[in-house]
Amino acid sequence: MSVSVQIPTALRSFAGGQAAVDVNGSTVGEALAQLADAHPNLRKHLFNDEGKLRSFVNVYVNDEDIRHQQGTDTPVADGGSILIVPSIAGGSPASLEPSQLVGGAELPELTPEEITRYNRHLILPEVGVDGQRKLKQASVLMIGTGGLGAPLGMYLAAAGIGRLGVVDFDVVDSSNLQRQIIHGSRDVGRPKIESARDCIQNINPHVNVETYETRLTSDNAMDIIREYDVIVDGTDNFPTRYLVNDACVLLNKPNVYGSIFRFEGQASVFWAEKGACYRCLYPEPPPPGLVPSCAEGGVLGVLPGIIGTIQANETIKLIIGRGEPLINRLLLFDALGMSFRELKLRKDPDCPICGTNPTVTELIDYEVFCGLDQASNVTESDEGVEEITPTELKRRIDDGRNDVLLDIREPHEYAIARIPGAKLVPPAQVMDHLGELSPDRDTVLFCRVGPRSINAIKELRAAGFSGRMYNLKGGILAWSDEVDPSVPKY
Amino acid sequence: MIQLTPSHVQSIRQHGEADFPHECCGILVGIFGEDGAKQVREILPISNAREEEAKRNRFLITAEEMMRGEKLARAQGMDVIGFYHSHPDHPAKPSQFDLDHAWPIYSYIIVSVMGGQSADFTSWELDPEGEAFVSEEILEKGGE
Repeated sequence: MSVSVQIPTALRSFAGGQAAVDVNGSTVGEALAQLADAHPNLRKHLFNDEGKLRSFVNVYVNDEDIRHQQGTDTPVADGGSILIVPSIAGGSPASLEPSQLVGGAELPELTPEEITRYNRHLILPEVGVDGQRKLKQASVLMIGTGGLGAPLGMYLAAAGIGRLGVVDFDVVDSSNLQRQIIHGSRDVGRPKIESARDCIQNINPHVNVETYETRLTSDNAMDIIREYDVIVDGTDNFPTRYLVNDACVLLNKPNVYGSIFRFEGQASVFWAEKGACYRCLYPEPPPPGLVPSCAEGGVLGVLPGIIGTIQANETIKLIIGRGEPLINRLLLFDALGMSFRELKLRKDPDCPICGTNPTVTELIDYEVFCGLDQASNVTESDEGVEEITPTELKRRIDDGRNDVLLDIREPHEYAIARIPGAKLVPPAQVMDHLGELSPDRDTVLFCRVGPRSINAIKELRAAGFSGRMYNLKGGILAWSDEVDPSVPKY
Repeated sequence: MIQLTPSHVQSIRQHGEADFPHECCGILVGIFGEDGAKQVREILPISNAREEEAKRNRFLITAEEMMRGEKLARAQGMDVIGFYHSHPDHPAKPSQFDLDHAWPIYSYIIVSVMGGQSADFTSWELDPEGEAFVSEEILEKGGE
C-alpha cells in the first residue's frame, strides 16, 4: 500500500528537502510512523514526547482533517495522499513583551522551594517554568486595598508575582471587613497598607511588597506607576480612576480595571497601545452625586471578590502572555441574575488622551475635572441652611422643646439605625409631608451624614414652608459619635 | 530575501486598511529562486468571515484554509512560502506570540496599520535556531 505524504515547505529540510515522501501503510498512523522512521529529524516536529500528533500539526486525508475522521486510524487508499498542514498562528501582542518589563527581560531562576510551591502552575503547559519565571520577574501595582484590592493582592501574592506595590492611605474600619478580606478584625484601626502587607507576606514570603501610604495624586502618580509593569485599579472614585487611566496611557502601561456597585460589576483591560482606554469608554465623568459610591449605595460583600479575582486573572494572563485579555472588551457581571455579558469596546480616534490628536498630554486636576471641587463647595456653603450639632439637639430634646425631627433616609437605613422620636421621610417623599409641618415649631432634619437633609430643607423652603429648619450637622453618624454610641454606624 | 511586486505590496496594504481595526492575513504563494530568495507569485487573502473564531484562537489562518493554499500552490508547481498579517495600531514587529507559533523557512510579512492607514511594511523569518525572528530584506520589483 503505497501512499504519498505531502510535506509543507517549513518541514521539508527535515525530510531531505522533498516535497512529498512515498511510504507504505494502510492508515495515517502507519504511514506517519514510517515517515518518522525514515526521517528521524521530522519526528519531533510531528509528534510530542508521548507520541501524539502535535497540536500545531494538522493532517488531511481526502481534504478532511483526520481529527474529524478516525484520527491516526483513518484509512488511506493505495496510491492516496496525506497532506501535512502546519497551523499558522500569530498576531499583534496582547501581553507584555519581556523587553517591556521594568525589571528587564532576563528572567530569574526558580528555587527548589518555589518549584514545589508553584507545582500546579508548572504542570500547566500554558504557564510552565517560563510563565512562572515571568511572574517572578513581573511587578504589579495595586491601587487601593479595599474590596477589589483584597482578593487581587492575595491571589497575585499566591501566584508568585515578584514585586507587588500597594497604594492606600486609609485605615481599616470595621465596616470594611464585610468584603475586604485582606484585613481582619484585629487590624481595625491599622493602616490598610500594613495589614495588607502582613497578609500578603503570610501567603507568600517570596513576594517583595512595596507600600505607599499616600493618596495617589497628579503629583506622585507618574513616579509611582512608572516603576511597575501592570497597574490594577481597585479604586472607588472617579477622580482616581481618570488619574490612573491617564497616567497609564502616558506611560504606556496596561490598566486592569474593575468597578462594583450593589450587585453589579465591570472589568476590562485598558491598554492604549493595543486598544481602548477608560476615556474611550467614558469620555466624561458623571455629574457629581449622580453615581453613588459603595458607602452610599451599598455593595454585596462577595461582589468585589468576584471582580477583583477577574482582575487578578487578567493580570496574570498579561504577564504570562496566554489567552485573550479583556482588551477592547468590557465584561459586565450581574450577581443577582448570575450572568456575564460582554460589550465590545473600540479605541476612539478622538479620545482626548489616547486618540490621534491628544489634547491631554500631562496629568490634570482630576477633582476639578470630575466637578468635585464645586460639589463640595455647594454642600459646605450652606446657602442659608442653619445647622445644629448633635450635642445641641440632645440638649433641646432634654429641655423638652417640642421640635419636629425628620429622618431623611430610606426604610432599609432606618432599619439599621434610628434616633428616637424621629419620623422617617424618604428623600423622594419629602414634599408629600409638607402639609404635616407647622411653621410654629422648629424642624430638625438629618440623614446619614448631611447632603440629603440639606437638600430636603432647600426643597421645603422653595415650596414656601416658612418654619425654621435646622440640619443636624454630620447626620446620624455624628449623633452616634457625640451623643449615643448605641446607635450603630453604617 | 523575499521578492514581491509593487502590486502585491499594494494589495497587502489595502487588505490591512480594509480590515482595520481587525487583523487581516493571507498566504504567500511562490517559488524559491536559485539564489535561495523567495519570490512571491500570488497572494491569497484570507476572508474575514471567520473573524470571531480566528480572533479567539489567534489563528491567522485555519488549517482548512492552509490546506487549500497548499493544494492550490502545488497544483501550479509552487509552494506556500510565507504569510502576511497586519498589526492594527501597533508597530510592524513580531510579537512574542508570533515567535512562539512561527515555523522555519516561511516569511512572515507584517504591515502596521495605524488609525486605519497602512504604515511600516516588514518581513521576518526565524533564525536557524528557531529562537528569534530576524528581519528579512524585501525586494520590491517586477510585476505583470
